[in-house]
Amino acid sequence: MEWETVIGLEIHAQLATKSKIFSGASTAFGAAPNTQACAVDLGLPGVLPVLNREVVRMATKFGLAINATVAERSVFARKNYFYPDLPKGYQISQYELPIVAHGHIDIELEDGTTKRIGVTRAHLEEDAGKSLHEDFHGMTGIDLNRAGTPLLEIVSEPDMRSAQEAVAYMKRIHELVRYIEICDGNMQEGSFRCDANVSVRPKGQKEFGTRAELKNINSFRFVEKAIDYEVERQIALIESGGKVVQETRLYDPDRDETRSMRAKEEANDYRYFPDPDLLPVVIEPSFIEAVRATLPELPEARRRRFVSEYGLSNYDADFLTASRPLADYYEDVVKSVGAEAKLCANWVMGDLSANLNRDGKEITDSPVSTEQLAGMIRRILDNTISGKIAKEVFEAMWNGEGDADAVIDKKGLRQITDSGAIEKIIDDILAANPDNVAAYRSGKDKLFGFFVGQAMKATQGKANPQQLNDLLKKKLSG
Amino acid sequence: MALERKDVENIAHLARLAISEADIPEYARNLSNILALVEQMSAVDTAGVHPMAHPLDATQRLREDAVTETDQRDHFQAIAPAVEAGLYLVPKVIE
Repeated sequence: MEWETVIGLEIHAQLATKSKIFSGASTAFGAAPNTQACAVDLGLPGVLPVLNREVVRMATKFGLAINATVAERSVFARKNYFYPDLPKGYQISQYELPIVAHGHIDIELEDGTTKRIGVTRAHLEEDAGKSLHEDFHGMTGIDLNRAGTPLLEIVSEPDMRSAQEAVAYMKRIHELVRYIEICDGNMQEGSFRCDANVSVRPKGQKEFGTRAELKNINSFRFVEKAIDYEVERQIALIESGGKVVQETRLYDPDRDETRSMRAKEEANDYRYFPDPDLLPVVIEPSFIEAVRATLPELPEARRRRFVSEYGLSNYDADFLTASRPLADYYEDVVKSVGAEAKLCANWVMGDLSANLNRDGKEITDSPVSTEQLAGMIRRILDNTISGKIAKEVFEAMWNGEGDADAVIDKKGLRQITDSGAIEKIIDDILAANPDNVAAYRSGKDKLFGFFVGQAMKATQGKANPQQLNDLLKKKLSG
Repeated sequence: MALERKDVENIAHLARLAISEADIPEYARNLSNILALVEQMSAVDTAGVHPMAHPLDATQRLREDAVTETDQRDHFQAIAPAVEAGLYLVPKVIE
C-alpha cells in the first residue's frame, strides 16, 4: 500500500528579552543554578506576575512577519500539571485566545516549486526549569533559572508531507525569527526547539491517522531523522496488523530511534482556565502599526530582490540571505564596489565564508570589513591584481595586515600588465625550453599549461593571466 | 450533571490531593451542586455578551524589559527541604 505522511510542527522560540516574561529576573544563559530564579519564578505565595512589554512587541512582530492576525485581545491561561521543574503546578500559557493566529510562510521544495505552510497560531508562554537526573543520592536536582523565560510557541497546520518539508519549514521559521531579531536561534542552548506531530495514512484517505508527538528535537538533522524513523515505525506497525497509539515519544540520536516517553498513557487533562493573576492583553492598532514600521525587509522578499536586482541565481540568493548580517554584509560590499554583484557574491560565499567557518567566526566578527573586501574587489576590476593573487591579498587582510592597497604595495603583488615585460619573460622561457616548444608545435597541446606555469613562476603569479595567455598563444604558434 | 465516585477520584488525582474513601460521596454531592448552579446560570440568555476572562474590567499593564531582580538564592534555599550545588533536590522523577 502507498502511504502518505502528515506532519505538523510546534516550534518553541525563546524570545530574546533581557528579563523574564513575568518577572524582572535575568534570562542570560549559563548562570550558576538558581541565581536567576526570583520569587515569581519560584511561585512563592503572594507574588504577582507582570507581563513584559518587549514580549508583546516581539510576538506582534512575528505575527506581522507571517501575515497573521495579531489579536486585539488575548488571554493568559493556566495549564495545570505537576512536574518539579514547574514549581507553581501550572504553566502560564495561552489557550483559547492566543496573541497570533492564521499566518503562513512559504517553503521551497526540491523541485523548485513553492509550498505555503499554514501557521495555525503562535502563543506566549513561560518556559519551565531544568531537571538534572544525574545522581544526587537518588534525587533529582532542579535548576529554575530557565523557569519564566519567554517562549513563543509557533504551531503549524498539518501541512507537511515529508521530513524534508518539515525541515524546510523549520529552517524558514528559524531564519525569520533571527531576521526580525526576536530569537537568537541558538539550538545548542535550546533557544529554538521543536516537537513534531507525525502520522501516516493510506494515500488518498481524507482522515488523518493517529499521531505520535516527537518531543524536543534540537537540530535540523535530528528532525529529519526522527520523522523518517517514526514514519517507518508507524507503517511497519500498521502493515503487521498493529495500531498506532497516540503518545509522546522521544528521539534518541545515539540509537537513531524514537521511544515511548510516558509509560502509562494518562490522558492529558490540563484543565486550562484563564489566569486570574493576569488581565486580558489588549493591543492597540497604533501599537501594531508602530511595530510594523520596525519590520525589516523579510528574507523572502530579499531573496527575490537579490535575484532581480543583482542577477544572482536562486542558490546564491538563498545562501546570502540565510542571515540578516550576512545579507547586510553582502549588500554593503556590492554598494561599495558599485558593480559586479556576482563577483562580490563569489567572494562572500567563497573565501570569506570558508575562512569564517574555518575559524569558527560569525560574519559580524569578520576580520575583513566590507570596505576592505570592496577595496580588494575594485583592484581586481581595475586589473591591479588577478583573481588568484587576490586570494593572497584576502588572506593578508584576514590576518590583519591592512587594506588591499597596503598589502599589494607591501608584498609587491601588483599585476604585470606591461605587454613588453610579459613578452620578454615568455621569450626567455621559450628559449630555455626548445624541446617543449617543438613538442607543443607538433601537437602536444597539453604543454600549454607548462608554459603558463613557468611564466607565473617567473613572475610570482603576477602576470595578468589573460594577457599572458594571449601572448603565449601568439608566440607559440610562432 | 451529577459527578460519580470515579470523577471525584480523577479530580483528586489530577490535583494530587489525598482524600479519604469515606468523604468521596460528600465531595461528589458538593461538586455536583456547584455544577447544578452553573447549569442554572446557563439558562440565562447571553447572546451578544462577551465572555470575560477576568472579573475586573481592566487590561493588563506591561512592565519594561529590565532586569530588576538580584540573586537571592541563599534566602530561598534556606527554607528548601534539600539543596545541593545550588540545585533544589526533589524525589527522583524518572526511573
